[in-house]
Amino acid sequence: MAIAISVKNLGKRYRIGAAQTKFKYGMLREVLVDVAMTPVRIYKGLTGKAVRGTSSSSSFWALKDISFDVEEGKVLGIVGRNGAGKSTLLKILSRVTEPTEGTVSVRGRVGSLLEVGTGFHPELTGRENIFMNGAILGMKNAEIESKFDEIVDFSEVSQFIDTPVKRYSSGMYLRLAFAVAAHLEPEILVVDEVLAVGDAEFQRKCLGKMGDVAQQGRTVLFVSHNMSAILRLTQEAIVLNKGQLLMRGPTQEAVDYYLSSGQAQAGERIWDVHEIPASSAPFRPISLKVKDRSGKVVDTIRSTEPVYIEFEYQLDAPITGLRIGFYLSTMRGEYVLTSFDTDDPQMFDQFDSRKSGHYISCAEIPADIFNEGRYGLGVNASSFGVRRYFMDENALAFNVDISGAPGTQWLEPRVGPVRPRLEWKIEKLV
Amino acid sequence: MTEIIKHEPTTVYIKPPKGLAALNLRDLWIYRELVFFMIWRDIKVRYKQTLLGALWAIIQPVLTMLVFTFLFGKIAKVSSDGIPYPIFSYTALLPWGLFVGALNQASRSLTSNHNMITKIYFPRLILPVASVLGGLVDFAIAFVVLIGLMVYYSVTPSWASLWTLPLFLLLAIIAALGVSLWLSAINVQYRDVNYALPFLTQFWLFITPVAYSSKVISEKWQLAYSMNPMAGVVNGFRWALLGSGSGPDASLWVSVAISFLILFSGLIYFRNMEKTFADTI
Repeated sequence: MAIAISVKNLGKRYRIGAAQTKFKYGMLREVLVDVAMTPVRIYKGLTGKAVRGTSSSSSFWALKDISFDVEEGKVLGIVGRNGAGKSTLLKILSRVTEPTEGTVSVRGRVGSLLEVGTGFHPELTGRENIFMNGAILGMKNAEIESKFDEIVDFSEVSQFIDTPVKRYSSGMYLRLAFAVAAHLEPEILVVDEVLAVGDAEFQRKCLGKMGDVAQQGRTVLFVSHNMSAILRLTQEAIVLNKGQLLMRGPTQEAVDYYLSSGQAQAGERIWDVHEIPASSAPFRPISLKVKDRSGKVVDTIRSTEPVYIEFEYQLDAPITGLRIGFYLSTMRGEYVLTSFDTDDPQMFDQFDSRKSGHYISCAEIPADIFNEGRYGLGVNASSFGVRRYFMDENALAFNVDISGAPGTQWLEPRVGPVRPRLEWKIEKLV
Repeated sequence: MTEIIKHEPTTVYIKPPKGLAALNLRDLWIYRELVFFMIWRDIKVRYKQTLLGALWAIIQPVLTMLVFTFLFGKIAKVSSDGIPYPIFSYTALLPWGLFVGALNQASRSLTSNHNMITKIYFPRLILPVASVLGGLVDFAIAFVVLIGLMVYYSVTPSWASLWTLPLFLLLAIIAALGVSLWLSAINVQYRDVNYALPFLTQFWLFITPVAYSSKVISEKWQLAYSMNPMAGVVNGFRWALLGSGSGPDASLWVSVAISFLILFSGLIYFRNMEKTFADTI
């Protein structure tokens, strides 16, 4: 079988110089000081005496020594934590950015469902944008014409096809954009679910399209944090960590390896000193952990077992009325629940004032709550109506595995973020 | 499903770019349809939601011509080589407007399309190229006024020189594209270009014989003066259309050489910076 993608010793280095971090917080004073220092900087730059600290640009390898081949018609999963280099790899394969070293040969056109709506211009009509967008995605004019009717049908916006897209609702806009991307029919399709936006329906469409493409014998690269999706849709997977390719194998093996290697801080978030804003004092977050029944820190929890969320923190001074809150949300940003450690009146009285010291607030989330998928966990430390000390809306994320949950005898996915075990009664009346 | 257009997949080799082969002009040819689409989009969108629409393409040079005629023709009495001043300046304002418009559009072409650059591959050169070529439509519209002026002042061009006009237009495009490549690529990293550009074009206008005749430049400065490609373009336009001046001479070749130098250095610089566009934009 022919090789669709061949990657050899691929490396990509990014510079993290002063230029990118400068003025990140846009303080006028900093800007003024910087402007005043410009002649000095230029002088020192010319004479080779770099200003200490600021102009020494350090670099890091987002990818290093990556080699693998993908045969035509294979669906390859790519797993790894945030920052493992997954998106960089896809960017190089789709030629958005160029590698620092190594080579890739790609046989055929690479398309991505991420490119949805790229190059759409609000002033142009739907019809004009279809042609424009098709051309940007690399379709020939004749090809777009032959598929035009199909694209319009698929998008369900045929009555507005000659209206400027700035008058479209966001749903119509997205449907039209997706319709064009879905009809590109590339030889190689790249799907980065991590970056995918849009509503549930849209994501479902993306995955459905991916399935179709794979069925037609095209090559698919699929990046996701959702292990069940990876298991369902791919036969083979590679595991990336910190820019290195750790392993490649059948998906089940790769996923097991990824989950068991406990890469870096899966299911755990530890705050570095520089990550804590000065404004949060005297509150100092230390760590947030998701643990299973046996007390092990896990990235994937089972829906049928209780989960323990532990937030460890330090108070450098006593705080009155402090409450620690957990926010659970789906990856689409819908909140599932909010809970505070002093919700219970008895706890509220007992911990009205917390002395300085080292604390852990731990919550048990009972079994049979979550549906399949990935959930985000945010934390908050505040005194009601007084002050918010600390807030991290996306402290960590974890996956939920639903094997054994109610209704899994049917393989269909269930809608809704919760999957409780309800007491059902069936009465026969006649 | 309708029939799928089958094409044999081509293999693309992705590797760190090196040398002149990295200019990759072949890709520009493969994506030529996109160039036309981008030009078409720029033109369609340019005068959307304006009251006067494409009239702006005429209003701008005509108003400038009237102001110049009043200030330089009537008050300062600048020599216009025996040609009526309005037509003398308007002939120069046409290529000058093309040049400045191209610089303005093209220098922002990459930054304003950053979502395309960070998401998909296409030869990045398309963006400045389309911006520069898109100005030709405005040029054509404004040219109609020139024909009217020529009829009004009964200026008849001689065929012996008129045929060179497309060549001078080409020279203007080459110069505009060369400078645009530099500016657009620099703009990706340093947005200072946005602030520097008005000064640059203003300064450039002073050293280009738009409002005055290049004959006022003394002999010893002529060579330095013709280092400005737009000087060659403007003199060429006047010669081709109005028969003013002596026609192509050594100073024109200096302009041509400098134009190509800017274009090639711009291409190399652009291509060199291109690999980091998606990372730095």
